[in-house]
Amino acid sequence: MSQISTSDAAGAEPAVALSEVVRHFGRFAALRGITADFAPSQLYVILGDNGAGKSTLLRIVAGLLQPSRGTVSIFNSKDLRSVATRVGYMGHAPLLYDELDAMENLRYFAGLYGIHSDDICADAIRRVGLDPELTRRVGQYSQGMRQRISLARAILHDPELLLLDEPFSNVDVTSAREMASLLGRMRDAGKTIFVVTHQAMVVEPVADESVLMVSGRIAARERGIPAHLVNPFAVREVQR
Amino acid sequence: MKPTYVIASLVTFALLSYGLYQGLVVAPTEATMGDVQRIFYYHLPSAWVAFTLFFLNFVGSLLFLVVKKDAADKFAAGVFAVLGVIGLGISIFGRSYTEFASSIGGTLLMCAIAYLVIRHFFHSQPQADAFAASTAEVGVVFCTVVLLTGPLWARPVWGIWWTWDARLTSTLVLWLIYVSYLILRKFATGGQTPTLAAALSIFGFADVPIVYLSIRYFRTQHPQPVINGGEGSGIDSHMWAAVLWNLLAFTVFAIMLVTTRYKLAQAERRIEEAFATRDLEDDSHLISRSTR
Amino acid sequence: MSATAARAVAREPGLLAVTRASLAKDLRMEWRSKDAINSMLFFSLLVVVIFSFAFEPTAEESRRIAGGLIWVAFLFATVVALNQTWARELRNQVLDAYRTSPAPPAALFISKAVGNFLFVCVLEAVMTPLFIIFYNLRSIGPVYELVIVALLATWALVVNGTFFGALSIRTRNREIMLPLILFPISIPALIAMVDATTQIFTGESSPRFWMQLLAVYDLVFTLVSLSLFESVLNAE
Repeated sequence: MSQISTSDAAGAEPAVALSEVVRHFGRFAALRGITADFAPSQLYVILGDNGAGKSTLLRIVAGLLQPSRGTVSIFNSKDLRSVATRVGYMGHAPLLYDELDAMENLRYFAGLYGIHSDDICADAIRRVGLDPELTRRVGQYSQGMRQRISLARAILHDPELLLLDEPFSNVDVTSAREMASLLGRMRDAGKTIFVVTHQAMVVEPVADESVLMVSGRIAARERGIPAHLVNPFAVREVQR
Repeated sequence: MKPTYVIASLVTFALLSYGLYQGLVVAPTEATMGDVQRIFYYHLPSAWVAFTLFFLNFVGSLLFLVVKKDAADKFAAGVFAVLGVIGLGISIFGRSYTEFASSIGGTLLMCAIAYLVIRHFFHSQPQADAFAASTAEVGVVFCTVVLLTGPLWARPVWGIWWTWDARLTSTLVLWLIYVSYLILRKFATGGQTPTLAAALSIFGFADVPIVYLSIRYFRTQHPQPVINGGEGSGIDSHMWAAVLWNLLAFTVFAIMLVTTRYKLAQAERRIEEAFATRDLEDDSHLISRSTR
Repeated sequence: MSATAARAVAREPGLLAVTRASLAKDLRMEWRSKDAINSMLFFSLLVVVIFSFAFEPTAEESRRIAGGLIWVAFLFATVVALNQTWARELRNQVLDAYRTSPAPPAALFISKAVGNFLFVCVLEAVMTPLFIIFYNLRSIGPVYELVIVALLATWALVVNGTFFGALSIRTRNREIMLPLILFPISIPALIAMVDATTQIFTGESSPRFWMQLLAVYDLVFTLVSLSLFESVLNAE
């Protein structure tokens, strides 16, 4: 595994650029000075223990949280609201209305992006492997289905930058694999994708770069995912 | 303690004592109400101080909200500058139209000057917020004094504890609004407190004229005895000295309290920042952090 | 249909479109679950019954005090209702989805406020006949004036209530916070609505001043709410 400090593809403007980003919550510093550039059309996997600052970082890039210090720019713009149309966010929670069905949810969220096409909503649902005809309320979905719909909501408006926080949590193996390969296809189509996850194994086949966070800092960035992080539970083979 | 602080405290004490002397000894006894009327020398200055502090809280809150956004900041400053000029114009040229011209004009001018001066000295968000918090707390204290001295005065003189007197009731509503402001400050979670409090302060300020209008009209519908001897009641010239000395003393006292509270807020903030910076740089307590 | 055929073109949506969509979504959700409306209707009925046990006026007396009783009852019903509407956005953290979209925050506020307004109007429509029955109320003044006062007064309560509801979701004890900060600010509006209603019931004087005051109150606080909402929404 080759070690690299930045991942600028030759000459390309970074999709996301962070400079000395610090975030306090009271006395606790969740992010302790993050400076990094992330090139476009790559799938970044953000790994690290609980409390390392992964979700905080994602929320700051998504514009939901302001950094205490430092700057964030997305597609060269420091005003994150102005690029909101090009960014998709999938949170740790489903970010959906339980009382509505899949199409109703997506129709509403599509409207928030100025999209008024049922075809686009149905298409997004199909892309995550679900049936747009299903009229069951989202609150009654299984966890795997719920995560898929949550992803559908995030990719609905065809964002160039996708931010996913634990997309595979509590998801069955099949759903997880399908979601991961969808992400790979999107990356191949030119999207920039950030995935925060504890399940590196699921996303390893499509990952371009892994970003390891430790205690609010980026400890390492490597191409692909290092073996010891792909499956930390792996039992070592007995040497004959 | 810094020597200036000690000196300032002594000056404040001296002024308050002199004001007390003026109010209790020097001022003549009121003709109809007797010595009870002397509470007025605490009632009026407290009211003046409280209302001024609440206005300053509004200024601090507004500054907090605009200071980071350049366009909004300039716009707000511009609006106040214009108001100040209008105020100046009214007080100079309006005198021939109405006797209130000088007080309205003067008030506008003072408000504008206050905003611009405070904007100059408290030009960052944490400073503006600490200023807002300090003025609100001290303002509530003085407002409480007004609400306590009012009934204390009314009972012996008019036989009633309370009446829906326009000014007293408006003061009560203002007190309620600002106590709710303090409670919001206490219960808001984390870093959001200043923003939420600032929003409530703006609401409170927008409410003040409406409160006054509504209670005045309510009173004309349901006439009640007036506590302060009516809107236009004159103060005997021999009493002016006591009023003015106490006004000065209370103002200085309020400034001391706000300054002290502000310094306390700044000190607390520095402590938090020190902890945060230590957390930022210190890797040695990593072991405890990993279990968070 | 392949992904490339239905390519989405995202853009910043119009204020009216988002407001309409948000309102429609809220109404649809309310219609489906009927959570809030059922409990609120029953709560309103209880309030009226309890009040009528507490106060048993004659027909003449009732015209004088009914204004106050009715509006206090509506106020409490409103507060309980307001707490529910923002709770819906906190479930599943769905508010984050709105905040990351280019949709204007003002649209969210307006849709919530209008939704609350409709909701409280329904409650008032249910409670009023009950009050009339229990208190043998008969208005001497014109009823259309009562309707105008009711509309202005309800908006006064709802516009601030919606804003403070958004404030209080960011506090530790959210349910008590809302009435705590709403009541003091609403006092002038309360004075106006109670006195205007009493004036109309007793027919003694014209409520015109109070109606004007309520209109000014509504205008001022709608503007203040709209301008400050974005800061509060993104206060995290």
